[in-house]
Amino acid sequence: MGKPVNVAAAVDKFLAVTGGNLATYVESCLHCGQCAHACHFYKVTRDPRHTPAYKLLPMAKAYKAQRSPLSWLGLGRKITEADLAEWEELIFDTCTMCGRCTIVCPMGIDIASIVAVSRQAFAAAGLGPEDLMAAADNSRDKGSPLGLTPQKLQDRIEWLADENEVDIPLDKKKADVLLTVSSIETMKYPDSIVAMAKLMNHIGVNWTFSSKGYESTNFGYLSGKPDIAKIMVARIVDAAEDVGAKTVVIPECGHAFGVMRWSAANIIGRELPFEVRHITEYLAEAKRQGRLRLKPMPEAFTYHDPCQISRRGGATEDARYLLEGFATGFKEMTPTGNFNWCCGGGGGVQAMGRAADVRHQVFKIKMDQVAATGTNMLVSSCSNCRLTMDDSKAFHKWPHELGSLVEILADHLDDGSADKVADAAE
Amino acid sequence: MDLLDFARGPALQVGLIVFAFGVAWRLAALLLLPRMQDRSKAREGAPTAAIASGREVLRRMWPQGAFAEATRFSVINGYIFHLGLAIIVFGGTPHILFLRDLFGISWPGLPTNIINGVSVITFASLLLALARRINDPVLRLISTANDYISWAMTFLPVATGLLAISHLGARYETLLAIHLLSVAAFLVWFPFGKLMHAFLVFVSRGTTGVHLAHRGAQL
Repeated sequence: MGKPVNVAAAVDKFLAVTGGNLATYVESCLHCGQCAHACHFYKVTRDPRHTPAYKLLPMAKAYKAQRSPLSWLGLGRKITEADLAEWEELIFDTCTMCGRCTIVCPMGIDIASIVAVSRQAFAAAGLGPEDLMAAADNSRDKGSPLGLTPQKLQDRIEWLADENEVDIPLDKKKADVLLTVSSIETMKYPDSIVAMAKLMNHIGVNWTFSSKGYESTNFGYLSGKPDIAKIMVARIVDAAEDVGAKTVVIPECGHAFGVMRWSAANIIGRELPFEVRHITEYLAEAKRQGRLRLKPMPEAFTYHDPCQISRRGGATEDARYLLEGFATGFKEMTPTGNFNWCCGGGGGVQAMGRAADVRHQVFKIKMDQVAATGTNMLVSSCSNCRLTMDDSKAFHKWPHELGSLVEILADHLDDGSADKVADAAE
Repeated sequence: MDLLDFARGPALQVGLIVFAFGVAWRLAALLLLPRMQDRSKAREGAPTAAIASGREVLRRMWPQGAFAEATRFSVINGYIFHLGLAIIVFGGTPHILFLRDLFGISWPGLPTNIINGVSVITFASLLLALARRINDPVLRLISTANDYISWAMTFLPVATGLLAISHLGARYETLLAIHLLSVAAFLVWFPFGKLMHAFLVFVSRGTTGVHLAHRGAQL
């Protein structure tokens, strides 16, 4: 016996979320199929079901049967349990909401937005990958999808500060900047936390972590559970307001940035009383102001654009600006920037065990992109991309190195020690 | 009243009325739906909604370089039959006279042999579009009755127009009446099917243009 499916709840949710913008998209699809060629899942599987336009169908069906101007004709077929069962995999496992299909669509339909709200309807029906749903529940109950409780955060920060002899402030009473974490970094890539701390200290800003609101990933949003999405956003907003932060900085996580920067105010229903910056945006700003000094890095590497930071976040050039004049061995991949291919694990797909095989297939696109650059190192500014690529690197026994942008920046900080040595010698 | 009188008279009148009211109704129904107020702060330097939507409408007239190869057929063939239809409707002298009767303005028509040539190219291009829809696995899967009806409603006026100018298969008056009836059917179907994209394209491109420009995404 499968899980009970609440079709009526899905239909209600579809109708509740279909406002003017999404109705426009649903009405406008020409069924031209061009979006298939932009989708990494279609590219590697050649399965027509992975065509992004096909993913509009559940919402389109609900809308056309009950909401569209023509629904009174009674010609629209109602959505069924079988529809929901068939589309569950397409809405969750094989869509990272990367938005590459949006840029090829001749009608400009933002399919990623439709998939995001479709997930809410599927979750309302009781559908969705169990591990993704568990990650969302963990976020609500323990503070983070990977079980990073406030106590664990404190222990981890103390350990990292001691081990690396770096000041990592936690729960300062007042600070200008509230830095947040993605639990992927904290549990899997702790060097990234240390790197961010070194960079913030180097810039000389009054910053802190907060045990009240620290987890910036939002699995409530990714799993289609708006109540949990709101709880996760509210924790960070409360923490930022408590310390009087003017800026909340999101670490290397694309979706965390996307949700906090573009959706959080809509989720809590009011404007945020602070700025939200991805760490690359924040560091680029510091570099422009002359507060970030870097020693040259000659090693060859290429850069993977996280979709939510570049294509859908508008911060494509900030990573380039950070690398400019410092990373002399940096080589762009093709395609790059706003057209770069997704890692295959965004949108919570990384957390879905049953999607592992297709993710590994998608990584072959990235392997080919890197091979064409002739470099041996792939750097990203998203720990979720990095984890996805790390998993697939192990699966394919890919011999190249994966890196983080903040880590290479922190490793090349110019603290003026060379000048001091020269001065002392004189 | 013979068939030609019926086609010229009541059939076209009904077609035009359904077209005008249907399009207005579909657009009003869509534009009057509530739209979420975006409370997130726009990226510094984000253009106004009018500029963002206008820019997006123009930018999507041609695919971005990264997708040029994969979308070549549908883009080129799409342009051929869209431009072909526009040239036939707005360049053919009988059509200009029909539009003059409706709107009171006219302009010089293109030579008949050019219109005939464009009609043949458009006819072939539409057939190619259908063949691709049937044979391509992606298009076959995502196609619905709406796609095939809309194709037929577009194809029939072109095909019957070609028959009428070629005097093939029946008397000219009969062929002309059939052509006019196919135009009336096109007008009646227009607001109910995907032919509405001729208007919706501005709304959907504009919506996404505003959405992405708010974020500073330069696509």
